[in-house]
Amino acid sequence: MRIKDHWREQRMFNRRAWFAGALMVLSVLAVLGRLYYLQVVRHHYYNVLSLDNGVRTVPIPAARGLILDRNGEVIASNRPTFDLDLTPDEAPDLKDELGHLVRLALLQQSDLPQLMRTIASHERFDTFPIRLDLSAQEVGRFAVRRYEFPGIDITSRQARWYPFGKLAVDAVGYVGTISASELAHLNPAEYAGTAVIGQTGVEATYEQYLHGTNGYRQTLVDALGRPVRRPGVLGKELHFKAPVPGDDVVLSLDLKLQRLAEKLLKGQDGAVVALDPWTGDVIAMASSPAFNPNLFARGITEKEYRALIDDPRRPLFNRTLRAQLPSGSTVKPALALGALTDGVIDAHQEVLSGYAYHLPHSAHLYHNANHEYCGEMTMRKAIIMSCDVYFYRLAHLMGIDRISSWLPQFGFGHRTGIDIPGEDRGLVPSRAWKRRQFANPAQGEWFPGDTVILGIGQGYFLVTPLQMAHYTAMLATRGLSYEPRLVTGLRNPRTDTIHWKRPVLDGNLTQISPATWKVVVKAMVGVTTDPKGTAYWEMHNSTYPIAGKTGTAQLVREGAKGYANEGSYHADKTLKQLRDDAWFIAFAPANAPRIAVAVLVEHAGWGSTGAAPIAHKLMDAYLLGPDGKLLADPGHGPFSEPAHLPPRVTRGVDPHMTPEQRAAAP
Amino acid sequence: MIHEEFSTDSRTRRTLSGAARVLLALKVDGPLAVGLALTAAFGLVVLYSASAENASMLLRTVLRLVLGIIIMLSVARISPNLLRRASPWLYGLGIVLLLAVAAVGHVHLGAKRWLDLGPIHFQPSELMKIAVPMMCAWYLHERPLPPRLGDLGMLGLIILAPVGLVAKEPDLGTAALITAAGAVVVFLAGLRVRAIVILLLLAAAGATLGLRFMHGYQRERLLTFLNPEAHPLGAGYHIIQSQIAVGSGGVFGKGWMAGSQAQLDFLPERTTDFIFAVIGEEFGLLGLLVLLLLYAYVIGRSIYLAMQCPDTFSRLLGGSIALTFFVYVIINAGMVTGLVPVVGVPLPLVSYGGSSVVTVLSGFGILMSLFSHRKLMG
Repeated sequence: MRIKDHWREQRMFNRRAWFAGALMVLSVLAVLGRLYYLQVVRHHYYNVLSLDNGVRTVPIPAARGLILDRNGEVIASNRPTFDLDLTPDEAPDLKDELGHLVRLALLQQSDLPQLMRTIASHERFDTFPIRLDLSAQEVGRFAVRRYEFPGIDITSRQARWYPFGKLAVDAVGYVGTISASELAHLNPAEYAGTAVIGQTGVEATYEQYLHGTNGYRQTLVDALGRPVRRPGVLGKELHFKAPVPGDDVVLSLDLKLQRLAEKLLKGQDGAVVALDPWTGDVIAMASSPAFNPNLFARGITEKEYRALIDDPRRPLFNRTLRAQLPSGSTVKPALALGALTDGVIDAHQEVLSGYAYHLPHSAHLYHNANHEYCGEMTMRKAIIMSCDVYFYRLAHLMGIDRISSWLPQFGFGHRTGIDIPGEDRGLVPSRAWKRRQFANPAQGEWFPGDTVILGIGQGYFLVTPLQMAHYTAMLATRGLSYEPRLVTGLRNPRTDTIHWKRPVLDGNLTQISPATWKVVVKAMVGVTTDPKGTAYWEMHNSTYPIAGKTGTAQLVREGAKGYANEGSYHADKTLKQLRDDAWFIAFAPANAPRIAVAVLVEHAGWGSTGAAPIAHKLMDAYLLGPDGKLLADPGHGPFSEPAHLPPRVTRGVDPHMTPEQRAAAP
Repeated sequence: MIHEEFSTDSRTRRTLSGAARVLLALKVDGPLAVGLALTAAFGLVVLYSASAENASMLLRTVLRLVLGIIIMLSVARISPNLLRRASPWLYGLGIVLLLAVAAVGHVHLGAKRWLDLGPIHFQPSELMKIAVPMMCAWYLHERPLPPRLGDLGMLGLIILAPVGLVAKEPDLGTAALITAAGAVVVFLAGLRVRAIVILLLLAAAGATLGLRFMHGYQRERLLTFLNPEAHPLGAGYHIIQSQIAVGSGGVFGKGWMAGSQAQLDFLPERTTDFIFAVIGEEFGLLGLLVLLLLYAYVIGRSIYLAMQCPDTFSRLLGGSIALTFFVYVIINAGMVTGLVPVVGVPLPLVSYGGSSVVTVLSGFGILMSLFSHRKLMG
């Protein structure tokens, strides 16, 4: 057995102790290194994670901007709605409370299964609506029993509200629930807390201005997601950002005229567009029948939507932008201007125009609409009487190539560029176009007969009511094309200042001589003042000169079943849905125009009787004061744009006015 | 400095202050007592915040500290000779109690660790944290050092018998700590480096084997440690949240009672095993440095005291107490910062929890006894 050597053991112990000390220092250094890594190197990373943990950001939606007309009348506003909100964690007996709500008729028994699924999909500490848009009575009924419903409370939210219902719905549009596909294109941060988005009309185009900037409030939540109040914890990290309300949008619409337009169209299918020819401002824009946008703003039900879709009169169809129809005789002034400018015909040359026109080497007869006899026709007379035979011949003389180059200059065949979505192009046919339409080259050939009927606005040529109004405005200004627009300015609701938008001049037909304008405009005035004019009876008693043109768009080929065509067209003998569409275009006062109107009444029969009175009443309402005299400044409202805002001129367009244009300008 | 006055010889004893005289009479080491007191006070400050101002939790902790101090003072007065002679008895009692736990133990949170003794729940495994190193030191006291192979076998048995029982409860953390406490004695006894290497290899082999016999949650913990992000809401949650707490504290911390991870319940076990993360979050790197300096001071002083002891039993036991205390600290810090797997090791003197405080303070009581009676032993 070994002897214990105390001295040696003591030394060994001390060595071991120092050795252990060294190991300890090393391991402490490892921990310190780790702490340096966590708390210094990656501090920012972990700090962000801890904020993500404890801070919940609750969005505060911005108030959506209002939409006003030129008189400052509010056509789209926001209204507080009262919703029932539930926080399941605070409701001790949820089933019992929901049953109680059903007994109070605040919920429907049939809603419960869906509601239970909704509740199951939320966190217990979430607060979410279980019933939207309570009526005042329902709010009252709940409020007096509120104490019986722990965890359920009334919350006020802002919803879009169109106080006049369907008024100007095709211009203003509506907001609707954000769809999944829309969500994919949105910045989720900007739309957090926002439930709706502009779907059509100005609501859609000006979404980014109307929407505003949402704010947010940050609150503390614990690990269970429960909101907690702990003063001192993350005090400096909890931010609040006030929402910035959206800009108000000022429209060019004059709601007084808009109301009248809708009233005049009531019961009929049709469209009215009235423009200020010197700016492109849309004064009125109506499509009939219309629909109530509030259905969409509060969330349309499947049943309501079906009813709108299945309505044979198609209320959701915006005729002003999307109805594509033959122009009928309204195209004649454009053809006249083109033919005179190109020297195809002399304005004063008398042309014998009988009952019918036939192409050389062809036996097919192209009749006048009423199988009337025109006689010796000058350009002026032909426009006043709307002599088809004269224009069959004129079209043939011009040829398709001239026609298909002139019509687009009047805005046909392409979008006018109005500042709301959904506009259709219409159609200006050409040789190239027809070749593309038919696989068979024999069918795709352009026939002379195709040209002849273009002379009276039939055949392949299609226009929209908006294009028609824009064309009328170009006639009014003697060739200036302003992009039609609904929005004239954006108002900042906090500073109450309006940023006005300049009109856009995107065309100027300077190649048409003053003499040519004079012939055509005087002839259009004759339409309403000459006893032979097609709108004489409707307009001859006007106190101011009106330049107009009627049109009848034939929808069905002659001889079709139901289309009375024994000898002549009889509107009242023809089935209503097969009757011709009536057009009327007019601008007034003819010498210094302030308004250009296009009216379409579907299946009305004749243009003069169906559409002209509507145009006349609108122009009277716009131009005349209460004393029956012409207003110096028609359509002026507190929110109409300041005069003489210089237009923004599209590249390649001559901004200078011709003497004729200067004379007509206000 | 009290320390210098205290360590001077009898010629200057008359000049001792009144406080020092009291300490001397109590057989208490002043510098060590001050270090312990500061650490415990720091712990109370942190616990007040970590428990969300829970006064009753704080009161219970203070009561346990008082109990611990009483035990520490009592143990400090016991002569080392008595301690040495009592070692086998204490060890035997511990084994019996562990067997009792296995037979009639109180089950809590899926583990059978507690003996229900009326008002208090007692963990016999805590007793073993002291009894095992005492037994080892007792065994080596009369034997020549470094220990021979046969001695190692015996020591292995002494250590592994209770460790096996504790691991079976299951309580891997405590089992590891008991192993460490015993192993430290053997290490300080001068076990040859070659033997240490062989033992480490054996331990590694045993651990591999042990992995196969681990409880599901134990293996889970280990695997989770290796890849916490794989279970962000499951088993990895502890590790991720504690690292977020520590990392987000930065250098200066978020301020007392202002740690969002701790105050908003994201940090699990924040008053017990993960209280280190609360300090890291609320007091930052600086707060943790202060805590680690306090621990370094306590451990350094303890090793110094152990080195002053004249006999083998005292030195080995004292050194073991000091080093085991360090092992607690380093494992807890490593666990919270993600350096070692999550094992249930509390942060000594700071974590909330009964037996641990009492055990730690009794350990220091033994250390004080060993040191303050050194002259009497001859």
